Amino acid sequence: MKKYLKNLNFRCGLVLTAVVVLTAAVSLVWTPYEANIMNPGHRLEAPSISHLLGTDQYGRDILSRVMVGAVNSIVVGLATVAIGMMAGVALGLIAAYFGKWADESIMRFSDLLFGFPAVLTAILISAIWGPSVGNVMVAIGIFYIPVFARLTRAVALTLWGREFIDAARASGASEWAITFRHVLPNLLSPLIIQATIQFAVAILAEAGLSYLGLGTQPPHASWGRMLYEAQTFMEISPWMSIFPGLAIAWTVLGFNLLGDGIRDNLDPYML
Amino acid sequence: MSSTLLEIQDLTVSFHTPQGVQGAVDKVSFSLGEGETLGLVGESGCGKSVTALSILGLVDTSAGVVESGRILFRGQDLLGISPEALRRLRGNEISMVFQEPMTSLNPILPVGRQIAEPLMVHQGLSKTEAFASAAAWLERVKIPMVGKRMKEYPHQLSGGMRQRVMIAMAMICRPGLLIADEPTTALDVSTQAQILTLIEKLKADFKMSVMFITHDLGIVAQTANRVVVMYAGQIVEAASVTDIFDRPAHPYTKGLLKSIPRMGIPASGSKKRLQEIRGSLPSLDKPIYGCRFADRCPEVFEPCRVKRPHLMLVQGRQQSRCWLYANGSDKH
Repeated sequence: MKKYLKNLNFRCGLVLTAVVVLTAAVSLVWTPYEANIMNPGHRLEAPSISHLLGTDQYGRDILSRVMVGAVNSIVVGLATVAIGMMAGVALGLIAAYFGKWADESIMRFSDLLFGFPAVLTAILISAIWGPSVGNVMVAIGIFYIPVFARLTRAVALTLWGREFIDAARASGASEWAITFRHVLPNLLSPLIIQATIQFAVAILAEAGLSYLGLGTQPPHASWGRMLYEAQTFMEISPWMSIFPGLAIAWTVLGFNLLGDGIRDNLDPYML
Repeated sequence: MSSTLLEIQDLTVSFHTPQGVQGAVDKVSFSLGEGETLGLVGESGCGKSVTALSILGLVDTSAGVVESGRILFRGQDLLGISPEALRRLRGNEISMVFQEPMTSLNPILPVGRQIAEPLMVHQGLSKTEAFASAAAWLERVKIPMVGKRMKEYPHQLSGGMRQRVMIAMAMICRPGLLIADEPTTALDVSTQAQILTLIEKLKADFKMSVMFITHDLGIVAQTANRVVVMYAGQIVEAASVTDIFDRPAHPYTKGLLKSIPRMGIPASGSKKRLQEIRGSLPSLDKPIYGCRFADRCPEVFEPCRVKRPHLMLVQGRQQSRCWLYANGSDKH
């Protein structure tokens, strides 16, 4: 851990993401105001002592909404990465281990997914099953499967060719044991780095889809949706767009820096 | 007369690559008795490692196919048993130590865990019990500061220590047969001596048989009871270690012995060159008529390129694949 903390990228990334995670955690038990309660008497107020980030067109406290939006973003990031990793890693391992037709079919399936325009497919899914944050998570998550599958397959192929796998077989380890005790742990580093990248992308993607009205539905707070609602009020209440936008940028930057920091520190003996 | 632990009969292995079928081992037969050390000697590419891997059933991971033959371990044909039964033997009854200890150990697992693993897999020991046994073995292979070393990673150990770790891992289930595939090639000479002594001691303490694969005749002289010399996938000579050195019965063996550099020969004056065996290994993807060594043999004569020599009994106790020994003794 000390080695990681020496890296500037990691330190900055850690601080940024820690702030986001803490904010999200705190918002689960407390926010300055109820994030969804409208307060027409205090509409479009500039940042002040009572509303640190101001209020929106319905009088809702922007700070509270940004905090709750953090939970939204983190949940989306976790869910999409989880979907992508679980299916992607499994497919990548199958492709790398069995090779031949399994490898071909899985890789061609990945190519197919890569070729699809993700946003359009997300719109399609929303059109069929209705707009909701759950559908957005599935839509984005599905497009993460080929990312993790390709990465897993590439790394797993090199791992399965390494001599310590032969040595493990020579000492009687079963193929399952080799996969889970020798191959998977060696995959963790590149997977974690990819996961931080995909996490950041998911937050951006969800913001974009919510902006379009396809993701988190009002009145629930979502940074992307807040940006959409802030559009018409840009000239009179710029803080409505600045703070959610800042939150998105902060979070994405934080996870990207974290991933960079981890990558810088990749133990050269691991791969 | 000790009983036979391992008997290999007419083993033939080839590699099926997209470019074609490449022969690797051609009708190799030899046996290994209890408590015996067999030296399997030959240059790179002669098939000795493939033979060893075939015993453990590990050739199929690299497109290798056992075409025919039998491998009898304690009377049981290893080529006929189920993969699960074979897996239970590996690391348990038959163990292997590989050449390059750095790449044979998992880089992200502590050394103690890796040594303990065969014990947990084969004998169902709990983690605590297996770790205790692993620590005891680290002491046995003479690694100091055992407690600290158990938690260290392979890259934190020196080459000699890593090889000792590999040996501990191979021995922890007390196998009857240890296959050592060039275990000291990657080590310096003094470490090599220590490792060889260690293997000798463990062999005596645990009544084990050892199959020592090497290209170094010096190691063979030091450790082996009997020697099998391989060339281009075939056995060309098999004899006791004293016979191999005192009366080699094949031009290839003689060539190997002559090419050992000797200290004390003046470099200038008589301008002595290092002796070599001219030429290189024949390619094994096409069939070869006659003796495979004919092109490089200094004693080649008419039958050599015409008829393939079989293994002939020499002086009643050696085997040689050479027409020079067709009468049971040296022709000239």
